[in-house]
Amino acid sequence: MALDKSYQDIPGTIVFDAEMSRKGYHLNQFCMSLRKEENRKRFLGNEQAYVDEWPLTDLQRKGVLERDYNLCIEEGGNIYFLSKLFYTDEHSFERTVSKMVGMTPETYREMMLNGGRPIEGNRSKGES
Amino acid sequence: MARITSAVFSSHIPAVGAAIDGGTTDNEYWSPVFKRFEFSKQWQADNKPDVIILVYNDHASAFDLRVVPTFAIGCSESFEIADEGWGPRPVPPVIGHPDLAWHIAQSVILDSFDLTICNDFKVDHGLTVPLSLMFGQPDAWPCKVIPFMVNVIQYPPPTGKRCFDLGNALRNAVEKFDEDLNVHIWGTGGMSHQLQYTRAGLINKEWDTNFLNTLIADPEELSKTSHTEYIREAGSEGIELVMWLVARAALGAQVNEIQRFYHVPASNTALGHLILEKADS
Repeated sequence: MALDKSYQDIPGTIVFDAEMSRKGYHLNQFCMSLRKEENRKRFLGNEQAYVDEWPLTDLQRKGVLERDYNLCIEEGGNIYFLSKLFYTDEHSFERTVSKMVGMTPETYREMMLNGGRPIEGNRSKGES
Repeated sequence: MARITSAVFSSHIPAVGAAIDGGTTDNEYWSPVFKRFEFSKQWQADNKPDVIILVYNDHASAFDLRVVPTFAIGCSESFEIADEGWGPRPVPPVIGHPDLAWHIAQSVILDSFDLTICNDFKVDHGLTVPLSLMFGQPDAWPCKVIPFMVNVIQYPPPTGKRCFDLGNALRNAVEKFDEDLNVHIWGTGGMSHQLQYTRAGLINKEWDTNFLNTLIADPEELSKTSHTEYIREAGSEGIELVMWLVARAALGAQVNEIQRFYHVPASNTALGHLILEKADS
């Protein structure tokens, strides 16, 4: 009998399960390297050369270099690991999340001040 | 003997730490949060524990994907503050309680909970933000802290039921410790929030309110909540609320509610906070 993966029915959500973790292992470990100040400097000095040192896929490299966080997540990145990358840019979670949902930081903040994204219509791929 | 007398529950949002460290707690955005924590700080000052068992999750600071322990206890003398990507938070190092930590590890493992024992790691905002909320900005934290980590990042985290049962085992372990110690247990993280992909920004106040009510009144019933329900209703990162069940169970069945606070938004998150005291303490 197969494992319960009923969470795959949740819209707009990629659960960091075994499959994603295996896919994103090197991408996430690359992000971990940015916890060191000397690595952050080296990365920002020559991003292409730095990412080429890691066994990433072309899509993962593209996601990192273009700061396309949705692409990074699709390719196995986990948000807490990816935070090392946007912290390197001195960007907050709030700013990064607004980009992921296609809003300006101002519009996103406004949505949150008004109570956040509502659950209605967002529970199941069937209803959204 | 040692006893767990109180439980504190709080979100551990990084932006809350940034507001404290950056001195912006009294601005229009943050003051509604920090005003409510004034009561909590006073209560904490009046009810100083000897040791806090602080249940939190590491956010790719102590552990990366090379090793992912489901439950891990910090047994060292002290813990430095992690650099999470833009330098360590300017807070004091955390002083542990190795005697009690090792006692708990032995007791709980023999009670069939297979903890990972950790002696050298740094603590991140998951642990330090709640300390700042309750103690402010002291030169040294006023009590010892045992970091207790739960994996909630790599799916699947432990079940709510497992966390609830572990809380009971922690209470039994503490009560077997000979020294008279006043122990508090903290559960951190939550409440509803999703930090990733296109559903990010999700908040579910109705679900959170029910979670708080049931956590206080009938945590065993709450422990039956499925992982898919957490993710669906409280967001992909809201699943970290399973950690609150560890702390709630550890306090025992009968409790008095001292403080309850819920606020939206704190950055991307619904901030929840409770103080519960053991009813007969």
